[in-house]
Amino acid sequence: MADVRQGMSARILAIDPTVPEARRFQEMGLTVGTVFRVLKVAPLGDPIEIELRGFRLVMRKGEARFVRIQALEAADV
Amino acid sequence: MFEGGPVATRTLHVALVGNPNAGKTSVFNALTGARQKVGNYPGVTVERCWGEVELDGRRIRLVDVPGLYSMNPESEDEAVAVQAIRGEVRGEPEPDVIVFVMDGSNLERNLYLFSEVVQLGKPMVVALTMTDLVRKEGHRIRIGRLSEELGVPVVPVVAHKKIGVRRLLQRVQQAPAVGYPLPKESWPSIAARYDWAHRVAAEVLGAAHRGLRRRTTDRLDRWLTHRAVGLLVFFVIFYLVFQSIYTLSQPLMDAIGAGFDWLGAWLGDLFAPVPALRSLLVDGVLAGVGTVLTFLPQILILFFFIGVLEGSGYLARAAFMMDRLLSWCGLNGRAFIPLLSSFACAVPGILATRVMPDRKSRLATMLIAPLMSCSARLPTYMLVIGAVVEPRFGPLWAGAALFGMHLVGLAFAVPIGWLLNRKVLRGRSLPFMMELPPYQMPKWRDVGLAMYLKARTFVQTAGTIIVAMSVVVWALLYFPRSEETVRRLEAEHAALGAQGVSREAFLESGLVQQSYLGRMGSGLERVFGLAGFDWRLSTALLASFPAREVAVSTLGVIFNLGGEVDGESKDLRRALAEARRPDGAPLLTPAVAASFMVFMALCCQCMATLATVRKETGSWRWPVFLFAYMTLLAYGASVAVYQVASRLIG
Repeated sequence: MADVRQGMSARILAIDPTVPEARRFQEMGLTVGTVFRVLKVAPLGDPIEIELRGFRLVMRKGEARFVRIQALEAADV
Repeated sequence: MFEGGPVATRTLHVALVGNPNAGKTSVFNALTGARQKVGNYPGVTVERCWGEVELDGRRIRLVDVPGLYSMNPESEDEAVAVQAIRGEVRGEPEPDVIVFVMDGSNLERNLYLFSEVVQLGKPMVVALTMTDLVRKEGHRIRIGRLSEELGVPVVPVVAHKKIGVRRLLQRVQQAPAVGYPLPKESWPSIAARYDWAHRVAAEVLGAAHRGLRRRTTDRLDRWLTHRAVGLLVFFVIFYLVFQSIYTLSQPLMDAIGAGFDWLGAWLGDLFAPVPALRSLLVDGVLAGVGTVLTFLPQILILFFFIGVLEGSGYLARAAFMMDRLLSWCGLNGRAFIPLLSSFACAVPGILATRVMPDRKSRLATMLIAPLMSCSARLPTYMLVIGAVVEPRFGPLWAGAALFGMHLVGLAFAVPIGWLLNRKVLRGRSLPFMMELPPYQMPKWRDVGLAMYLKARTFVQTAGTIIVAMSVVVWALLYFPRSEETVRRLEAEHAALGAQGVSREAFLESGLVQQSYLGRMGSGLERVFGLAGFDWRLSTALLASFPAREVAVSTLGVIFNLGGEVDGESKDLRRALAEARRPDGAPLLTPAVAASFMVFMALCCQCMATLATVRKETGSWRWPVFLFAYMTLLAYGASVAVYQVASRLIG
């Protein structure tokens, strides 16, 4: 999910289990199947703000690339 | 039952546990108020807050455990939190009851942590916060249902209005006897826990649990984190914060300074018959206490702003916008506040590193913050630039030089931050994941309490060290001193005739020169000679190690003008510009001036900074490291500047 657009929604397909960040991602609610919305990209291009499970989370693109996602059409959300 | 007295009279140990941003500190403040104690967990940089309350004659001891996201700790703070919950912290009894602070407007993630904590098998009570906000949106949490699902009592608490606080304490007191049923579910995976959390949240709040408090926050964020407007607002806000620390604190600091001058004069008269004792009290102890107190205005102002910005939710947005700038030297957006504050003064800056939850970035920030050009360096820059740059190159270059001196430290801070993160500090960096909480009004009581507690702990811990160091340096500057030396100096002054040098100033200068510190300055002339300094500049630098603001007054003393001079002093500027070396060559050439200022810019000449790092990290290791690396850096850089510049510009 390193290349996301502001306003898009997506579903998490998988998280690279070999990276040490994998566990923390899941603990923060980014579990497989979770749907989130990209609210904002920071003014300097990184990090990004997403909304999931009723709260808002900031993460860096460099770390977000370990999360594989599927972009959703507006109708799926 | 027959040992240790009846259960009801024993102190009940309670740990407050919860997610960051769940309102834990507010609940803790509502329970304990200003009676709380603040310290450090043994050996780590994590703050420990505790306090005692009494309910129906029973003492309840509360510990505010650092916020955490999971019982599988990733950061030092989380590790300490988990140890505290499990009762594994040295000198701290195992908690009898856990109060779980749960954010009612962010149920899913809070329930996730609950599912982990409940498995410890301890009596628990849930303090449900933010219920007023949920109600304001027209929703209601079914408290009874939640309590059934969780199997523990749930008490809604509106901490800043003290609603529910007494009932929470009553439930806590009953908890050990009542116990609670074991969790009905077992969770094989993180995903399973979240599935459970989602089901419970939907059960007690309906679909609303995922859509709370969006409207106001969305409306504000549209502009506050906007690509252009957001950055503009950011700069305006932090310009105001910085200006306030810089200018608002000045009159207060001056007032404190004037008060201590008056007190010093009064004490001086009182102890006039015993000059050594008088000097110890006035120049050692009182000067040290005065130093401690002059930091208070800046600390209070900075923590007022931090309290407001953090309490309103804006601080997280600022970190969100600044992260990119700071991430490439291994820091993150939250380092912005401490570093900016350090341009006024490193002491509040270092205290402000508490806003950073990750130990490694916190330490790295603490260790580069003193490189930022603080206001105490300004008088020396003004003096030297006024003596050398301005008369020779004009006011334009003088301004450029002053600006340039503010960049020197910053230029070194970036690579040093990178090195610290990559090579020196152990432990891997955590992924930068930060919650953006909804905007809300800051809770003024919490802001005020944080300011009070910061100031109190600073005076108690760092203050003691500063006063002790002040006395040591006083002794180095005062001794050895004998009637004989004074008579010799008086004779020299008489022989000199009246050349505009007062007897007192001449005596003072002579006594400094032959003091232990002055002898060190002379002894180090060979070492400092490589950087272009003679014994006078060396002694001024040595005397400035406890606090760099004394550099100017020490130079005043050395140049027979007495200590009552400042950076604008024309006499001192002229004395510096006209000073000669023994061979008749001018002392303060542009190369020496540059080298002298670079030394001031990079050296850790501030015992208050060291004492504060000692207080924050809980050991002498990091202040010693900070002092060593900055001193070596300053020496190396000023030697390099002098050697190169003296060949280029003379």
